[in-house]
This record gives sequence, structure tokens and C-alpha cells, in this order.
Amino acid sequence: MKKVLEVKDLSVSFHTYGGEVQAVRGVSFDLYEGETLAIVGESGSGKSVTAQSIMQLIAQPPGEYKSGSIILDGEDLLKKTEAEMQHIRGQEIGMVFQDPMTSLNPTMTIGKQIAEGLIKHQKLSRQEAYERAIELLHLVGIPNPEKRIKQYPHEFSGGMRQRAMIAIALSCNPKILIADEPTTALDVTIQAQILDLLKRLQKEMNTAIIIITHDLGVVANIADRVAVMYGGKVVETGEVDDIFYHPKHPYTWGLLASMPKLNEIKEELQSIPGTPPDLKAPPKGCPFVTRCPYAMKVCDEHMPPYTNVRNKQQTACWLLDERAPKVEPPAHIMAGGLTNDE
Amino acid sequence: MSKSKEKLVEVRNLKKHFKVGRKQILKAVDGLTFDIYKGETFGLVGESGSGKSTAGRTIMRLYDATEGQVMFKGKSVHGKKTKDELKELNQNMQMIFQDPYASLNPRMTVMDIIAEGLDIHGLVKTKEERQRKVNELLKIVGLNEEHANRYPHEFSGGQRQRIGIARALAVEPEFIVADEPISALDVSIQAQVVNLLKRLQEERGLTYLFIAHDLSMVRHISDRVGVMYLGKMMEIAPSDKLYTSPLHPYTRALLSAVPIPDPEVERKRERIQIKGELPSPINPPSGCVFRTRCPFAKDVCAKEVPAFAEYRDGQWAACHMHDERFKEHFKSDLEKIQ
Amino acid sequence: MSQQTIKESDFTPIQYTEAETEKIVGESTSYWKDAWRRFKKNKLAIGGVIIIILLAVMSLAGPYMTEYNYYENDLINANQSPSAEHWFGTDNLGRDMFARTWEGAKISLFIGLTAAIIDLIIGVIWGSVSGYIGGRVDEIMMRIADILSALPYLLVVILLMVVMPQGLWTLILAMTITGWINMARIVRGEVMRLKNEEYVLAAKSLGASTTRIIARHLVPNMLGPILVTLTLTVPSAIFTEAFLSFLGLGVPAPLASWGTMTSDGLASLRYYPYQLFFPAFFISLTMLAFNVVGDGLRDAFDPKDKR
Repeated sequence: MKKVLEVKDLSVSFHTYGGEVQAVRGVSFDLYEGETLAIVGESGSGKSVTAQSIMQLIAQPPGEYKSGSIILDGEDLLKKTEAEMQHIRGQEIGMVFQDPMTSLNPTMTIGKQIAEGLIKHQKLSRQEAYERAIELLHLVGIPNPEKRIKQYPHEFSGGMRQRAMIAIALSCNPKILIADEPTTALDVTIQAQILDLLKRLQKEMNTAIIIITHDLGVVANIADRVAVMYGGKVVETGEVDDIFYHPKHPYTWGLLASMPKLNEIKEELQSIPGTPPDLKAPPKGCPFVTRCPYAMKVCDEHMPPYTNVRNKQQTACWLLDERAPKVEPPAHIMAGGLTNDE
Repeated sequence: MSKSKEKLVEVRNLKKHFKVGRKQILKAVDGLTFDIYKGETFGLVGESGSGKSTAGRTIMRLYDATEGQVMFKGKSVHGKKTKDELKELNQNMQMIFQDPYASLNPRMTVMDIIAEGLDIHGLVKTKEERQRKVNELLKIVGLNEEHANRYPHEFSGGQRQRIGIARALAVEPEFIVADEPISALDVSIQAQVVNLLKRLQEERGLTYLFIAHDLSMVRHISDRVGVMYLGKMMEIAPSDKLYTSPLHPYTRALLSAVPIPDPEVERKRERIQIKGELPSPINPPSGCVFRTRCPFAKDVCAKEVPAFAEYRDGQWAACHMHDERFKEHFKSDLEKIQ
Repeated sequence: MSQQTIKESDFTPIQYTEAETEKIVGESTSYWKDAWRRFKKNKLAIGGVIIIILLAVMSLAGPYMTEYNYYENDLINANQSPSAEHWFGTDNLGRDMFARTWEGAKISLFIGLTAAIIDLIIGVIWGSVSGYIGGRVDEIMMRIADILSALPYLLVVILLMVVMPQGLWTLILAMTITGWINMARIVRGEVMRLKNEEYVLAAKSLGASTTRIIARHLVPNMLGPILVTLTLTVPSAIFTEAFLSFLGLGVPAPLASWGTMTSDGLASLRYYPYQLFFPAFFISLTMLAFNVVGDGLRDAFDPKDKR
């Protein structure tokens, strides 16, 4: 499969009064054509900053792109000027944000907001742009699109606003759609509708999707591959089945153990004790060391390398080093999935 | 987990309406009837606009009831009360709030926040006693003594939520309303807080009303669950029964929409599509409020409000589908869902 | 990769205690420390504070720095330009302008600060009660405020001056009779915004009384806007005093305030401009200093980019 985006060793920091917050510390991942990659992490993991960096939406100052590259079509986005990025945003990469109310302009009609991008990027006439806007609203499942394009965001419900946002993001047929927690603020029944919509659109338009979320249920529903982030780093990547059924990183084990599943009864939820690391003074070694039940001396001092576990699965953990004691994954991991071993 | 049959809280036809604009009335809670037994966890779920938060706050007397009654240990919660009666109520019923970033006064130290209940009700006599009690509470919720002199903004969401729990526990209540206590927290922290709540319940014999929209978590923590929609109760059932054999079409649709963290299961699942959008609570549909989105809606659903009846042991629902009088109309639908 | 520096023994397990995992890094900062730090950075505001302090010091020490006092007439030496003898010159009755300026400073600053503080107390109480209780009470209280502020100010002041004996406190009364309304409106707005915050609901559910909620929960969270309004009320009060004195409604002679001095100085503007210059200059300087400090406080308390 063709690679559509390559993120290599990205590091992003923020300069605040309290010090330099190293939000993203050497993150690398690839995105292939037509697939959905889920970036999972909790608050402070750096997932949102990573997504915004791809679009170069980080304000500098206080932000700073310290190192790394983001390759799209053979060109490094981090080296582009603002004018060049404006051409790329919307045209090559579209973005959907978490809160549709604040990311839509309340003083412009929905139709105008969709048409804006079309007129600018695809050089359509106003008439053509509005016609395409009606088509797009229909595509995202909004009934009565002719009436709707003349309405303002506050006249739409939350779910419909999110659909409108998706319409705007996809209007110029971008290669990549970045969705930053697109359903977190929505009711669960609307969330199901939006996820189904994204899957359908992906099939029809062959768009690659990066979805940022903290909800493993959403990941299981929509993702093809998963990147797990913690403390500003990617700790594990792999295909969705591998991550859920054969995870190798203790943080992934912890996440899976702490989520209640609707279809089973768990006696006790295994919580991960403690709190995420302070990124003003990130640990020298593995960021998960203070909360990891398997922590070793080496974890404190050295960053673990990525080990290739299976075909596409990579895990950054010292437990995979041959010198480490053999550790069995916790019981609940063995219980899931169809194929239980290598 | 067998709970006594002693009723701690009784809600009878509770209504809470808000005036919006000139003439319009928002029926946030429109006729709620249910009981909460001593020592149990009653989960109240619903999506936005269901009225579950308003219900919780009205039961706590933070809002007056427009109509209907709430009884706590046999005595009414609303209405005119003497200072002593109010004090007793406040000490017996406490609340944990949703937003850990807004539920703590940013200008007060943790010590003062947790001790506020003690101060108001005069439960401690000396400064040392106050400090001791606060340190005890901090320890119970898993925080350190040195945290007492800090300000809320220095803590993470999970830690703030635990401070909120310590605050509620200070007056030693019997009944706690937890209004979406974990929705704003990270997943791995949610488990911490839920485990803490469960442990506290066992140690202190607490009774919880757990309001949430996360069905997976509600199933995990509750003994019985009530499902609300547009201010009305759609179904009440023991936790397991609700998930394995729900009676109400809304419950079924809700359950099928929750994503399960298991890719194989997700691939094989059949989604029950629920069409349309939530109607306005200012102008709810006639008859059954869910009928505009229900896949099984019939004429009778628009004409008559369904009775809230116990159709199976311990399982109540408000749906004409199970009503003997109308079973004929729904025969084919019932077969589909069995 | 430094594989060589990693030994076999490095793979022994270690444990972090629960206390360590909950530790908070960094020193405790409160809202006030944060605001003070931001304020310090604002050079203009610090300049304003220094000026105010200097003026206050001079108002107390100034009269002692010269052998002349502020009320003794010396007609032979009347209308003298600034010289080594009389640093600010003399006025039309031969009184030393330097001493009079600083006595005037005492009076003007005193009137300004007192009026502002009285406005503060009445305004905060009125606004809090009105905003918190809401409904009918709020409507009535605000209508009273509206009516008071709609009355023609000068008329009210003149009536007052006619009825009451002329003096310092009458002047202050005239200024505060409507001065509190601005503060009350601001406080009311803040209270209405804050009273639905979850921590207020939490206090209510703990059983807190209305007084406790206003005093412990609302006021500390409103101190920012209150302080800012206070600092901006002072220059307004000083100016009003000058204005009233200018109209002849000020403190009686031989007491001097900057306002009366300006009024006197206007008459001889043509020939002895310095008599107007000094009081007018100090009025402007004081107002500027307070305004700059008020702006600085506003920025310090209300940063938009808190992380």
C-alpha cells in the first residue's frame, strides 16, 4: 500500500512561565492510503499536539517545532511557509475538531463556510460552489440540504454540526482527514451515526483518516491500525487486532484492563495508579516508569528502543529485551480475540 | 451484593419545569417515580436532554420541585424546613459533581475546601481536630497530607475529583448523588475513582445515585439502572437484566450504539439504527416521547402515554409494546427482538 | 544506541511508592502570587505605583520641607514666581505654593481614597445581595440605582451643599451619593456569573448560608474586577473633587485642595501661569498614575493565556 504521510521523529515543545513543556518527544508513524489510523492516549499524551502539528496549527510562540519532519507527497511540511500551508490545508489535508460549536463560525451560514474552501482551492464560481455544498450536505446525511445551507450553526443540533464540519473538511477531496476527538462531545447514539458516516465516506472517497481519541471502543469500531501514545511518545503501534489481542506494552495492558466492557462483567477494574508525568521535567527513560508494575532499573535511565513484534507491530519496552525477565501479560489479555497466540 | 429492602429515597411523580422566555416551559424532569434502597447503587443513564442531572439536583434539594415528592427516610426533602431539619438533610445527602475543574473554589486551599462541611455544621472544635480530620480524609481518598495546603489548580483532574469526594465524605452522609463524576476524567483515572467509590460504599454502607451517560461504566458499578429520555423514565431494571434482555426500544438502541473495545465483536455487531434527532424538551411529542424515533412506533403511541409498569420481576418499562391491551399490534416486532 | 552501558543487572525490578506517584512537582503558586508576578512585569504599572507612593510621602513630608506654612498671608510677597525661596512661588495672598500644594495633596488624596472606599463598601454589598438573590429583590434594588443615577448630578450636589454645612465630609457625601452605582453594577454582573458555578452549588449542598457563600466563595473570586474598579474610581473621585471645588463647592479657605488651587489659579492665568500649572499638573499626574496602575491590575488579574 502506498504511504500517504510519514511523521519522523517529531518533537514539539511549549514555552511557558513554568518552563519548557515537552509535549511531543520524538514521535514517528506512517499513514497509508485509504486506511484509518487511531492515535490513542489520555490527556497529556501529546496526541492532539501531534495532530495539530501535521496541519501546522501550533502557534509559535509559545509553541516550537524542535525537530523532526512530516513528509507529504515527498515534501516536508515543517519546511513550508504559511502561504504554502494555507494551500495544503483544506486541499490536501482536512481537519475535524472536537467541539463543532466553537469550530464553526457562528456568524456565517453553513453554505458559505463550505463554499469558502471550494472557491479558494478549487476555483469554483459562487454558483458552482453552492451547488457542490448542497451535494456535500447530502453526502454527509443532512436532510433538506437546500434549506440547510442557508442556516446558521446555532440552528443545527450537535450531531448535524459535526456532519457539517465533516462536509467542510472533505469538500476539496483531501487525501487525509484528521479527526481530533470528533465524537467525544456527542451523545452515544449520535456518535454511532458519525462513526458510520466516516467509514462510509472513507470507502467512497478513499481518504486516509487519522482519528485522535481516548475511547478504546471507538478505536475498535473504526480503526485499521493504532498508535498508543503516553507522555509525549508513541509506546506501541500495530494493527487493531494485534493491539487489542496481543499487546506487548504494560500501558496498553493497563488501558485495556481499566475499561469496563459493556458485554461482560468484570469484578474489579484494574486502575493504573498515579498520574501522568509532568512534561516540564519528563523522565530520562520510559515515561511510564513511575506507574508500571514491571518497572526495572534500566527503564528509569534509558529510553526503550522499538522492537518489531509481529508484521507491523512495534513496541517500545525494555521487557522485550532478551535480558529482561519473562513476563506474562495479565489474564484479561489472553481472554480476548479469536487467535490467541503468535 | 444483596441489598436490604429498606427504602432510603422515594421519588414520586417528580417534575421540574423551567420557564424559558415569555411563555415557554422546559420540562426537564416530567414525572419520575422510583425508589432507591439502602446500600445499593442506582445508576441513572440518559443522553443530553434526558433530565438526569436535573433529577439528581432536584432530589438533593438544590432545585425546588415543580410537582411531586421526594422522600428521604420517610420525610419529605422539599418544602419549608427548620434550620435543624435542613442541617440534618445536608449531613445525610451529599453530592459529587461532574467537572473537577469547576467544582472546587479556585481561591481556597484544599484544607479549607474539605473542611467546609465540618465548619458549617460545627463538627470539629479545635484547629488540630480539624486538621486531623482533613488529613484522615485525604488519606482515605489516596492523597498525601502535604496536599492540604495547595490550591486546586495544582492538581490533576483525577486528584481534584478525589478532593471532591473527600469533601462530600467529611459530613458522613448516608446517601451520595454522583453527577457524572467520571465523565471528564481520563480512562485509566476513571477506574481509580470508581474503585474508590466502590470501596467506600463497602466500608461505610453508602447508598449511591450514580448519574452518567457511559453505559459500560454504569453497568459495572450499579445494582439497578434507570434509563431516562426527555425527562421521563423509560426503563428500570437490575443491572444485568438491562443489558441482556432490555424491554424498551430506546434501551436497545442505546445499548447497540455503545462501542465495545473489542474489534472482533464490533465487526460482527448489528447496529440498531435510531433515526432522527432529539425533539425539543420545550415541545415534547404527545403520547410516548420516544415515538418520533422509535422503529416500532404505532398510532397508539401518539395517542396515549404508556404506563410505567413492572412487566417482569423487578423490571419496569414505559412502552405500549408490552402492554397486554396492545400486544396484538406489536406481535411481529416482539418476535424480532426475542 | 548505548547498549554497552546497559548491564544485565539493570533489569532488576524497582518499585515506586504510591506517595511518590502522587507528588506534585514545583512550588505552590496561588492566584495572588501569579497576579503579582504578572503585575511586576508591567513597567508602566510599577512606575505608577512608585509615583503614587512618592505623592503620598510628599503629602506628609512636603509641608515640613519648607519653613513657610500654607495659610500665612504675606501680601508683600504675593504673586512671586518660583524661586529659591518659594520653590513653587506664592499665590495672590502671598502664601507659599509649595506648602499649599502638598497640604492640598493631603486633602485631595484623602477625599479621593475615602470616597472610593465608601463606594466600594456600599457597591459590593448592594451588588452582591442584588445579584445573588435575584428576582424581585434584584429588580427593585437595581431600579433604585437607576433612578439615583438618572437624577441630574449637579442639582443633587448643589442641593446637598445648600442644606448641609460646608466642609470635607459634605463634599465626600456629595461624591459618594451616586459613586457606588458603578461598583454595584460590576459586582452584580460578576455575582450573577459566578453564582451558578459548581463550587457554589457544592457549598450550597454542604449547607452554607447565603452570607457565607457571598463572603467566602463569591467575593474572593471577584477581587480582581473589584480591585480594578477601585483603582479606577480614585482618579475619578479626585477629578470630581477638583470639579466641585472649581465650582466653588469645595473645602473652605484657608484649607487648600488641588481643586480650590486650580480654581484660584485660573483667575491669574494671564499673568501668573505657574499658579494654575502646579495644581493642574499634580491632578493630572495622580490621575494618570492611578489609571496606569488600574490597567496593570486588570491585565495581571485577567490573563487570557493561562496554561
